[in-house]
Amino acid sequence: MDPLALIIIAAHAAAVVALFNGFLTTFGQSRIAVAAIESIARQPEAADSIRTAMFVGLAMAETSGIYGLLIAIVILFANPLIPIYIGFVR
Amino acid sequence: MVDLSVRNVFTFEVLGFEVWITRTIVNTWIVMAALIALAVMARAVIGKPRAVPTGMQNAVEAAVSAVDKLVGGAAGERLSWLGNWFFAVFAIIGASIVGGIVGIRPPTADWATTFALAFGTFALIQAMGVRHRGMRYLKSFIEPNPVLLPLNLIGELARPVSLSFRLYGNVLSGLIIMTLIYELAPIYARIGVPAVLHVYFDLFTASLHAYIFCILSASFIGVAATEPA
Repeated sequence: MDPLALIIIAAHAAAVVALFNGFLTTFGQSRIAVAAIESIARQPEAADSIRTAMFVGLAMAETSGIYGLLIAIVILFANPLIPIYIGFVR
Repeated sequence: MVDLSVRNVFTFEVLGFEVWITRTIVNTWIVMAALIALAVMARAVIGKPRAVPTGMQNAVEAAVSAVDKLVGGAAGERLSWLGNWFFAVFAIIGASIVGGIVGIRPPTADWATTFALAFGTFALIQAMGVRHRGMRYLKSFIEPNPVLLPLNLIGELARPVSLSFRLYGNVLSGLIIMTLIYELAPIYARIGVPAVLHVYFDLFTASLHAYIFCILSASFIGVAATEPA
């Protein structure tokens, strides 16, 4: 098999693996949303500060998902191995 | 062919250095021109400010006080004057993503732009920490133990990186999805469907991420400028 094709296949598989952390990110974000909704239901007068804290928490939990997405994008669109391979062949 | 990269528009030389004017920079100028035109128009409509606001003055005052209240709530009342900075950041993040609707590649889909915005936050964190806590802020880097100094420094440097990557990743993923829809979807799916997706990926994410960027930056600054209890 052409080694370049092998690199591209492996890159796509790696991108899929990098995107798997979306499961855990979504799970964590759903926990945050549930906790915030329960707090708002218990104390509707504190809804504003709870919403602010919820957004900060959601953004924090989203960081790992975004990193996985960026890793997948780099692997697919700006793969550092392909220039190395092309230079190696030359 | 799907084109997602940042293309160079033209190049010129200053003192032997090549300066690249990329599409991001040109689009930032367009967004800035639109925002400045909007601000000048709003100022012209208001005319002489009145004690009892009406019409346009009412809308502008509501927007300014909403941002001031947001920043005051997250960073503390005495830092609510930072609302000036955060209003500008909010406007440029929101406007640059909304510009995607009319086909301008969002400047925030380039890491250089988001890192510049996040570096402003980083500089404000250090400046407000030193201004309001002085040496005690610098001392907090070697607490609880001087051995932890490199760890604290890495944690401090990770803030602008994570802030900028969060915004960049979100905007870029929206851009990729919209580009795929426009380039690859069958012809009958290009009528009407992109409008719905634009509402979600441009209008909704624009306001949400501008809000998250501002509130996270403000709370970082607030934590740095307040004495721990």
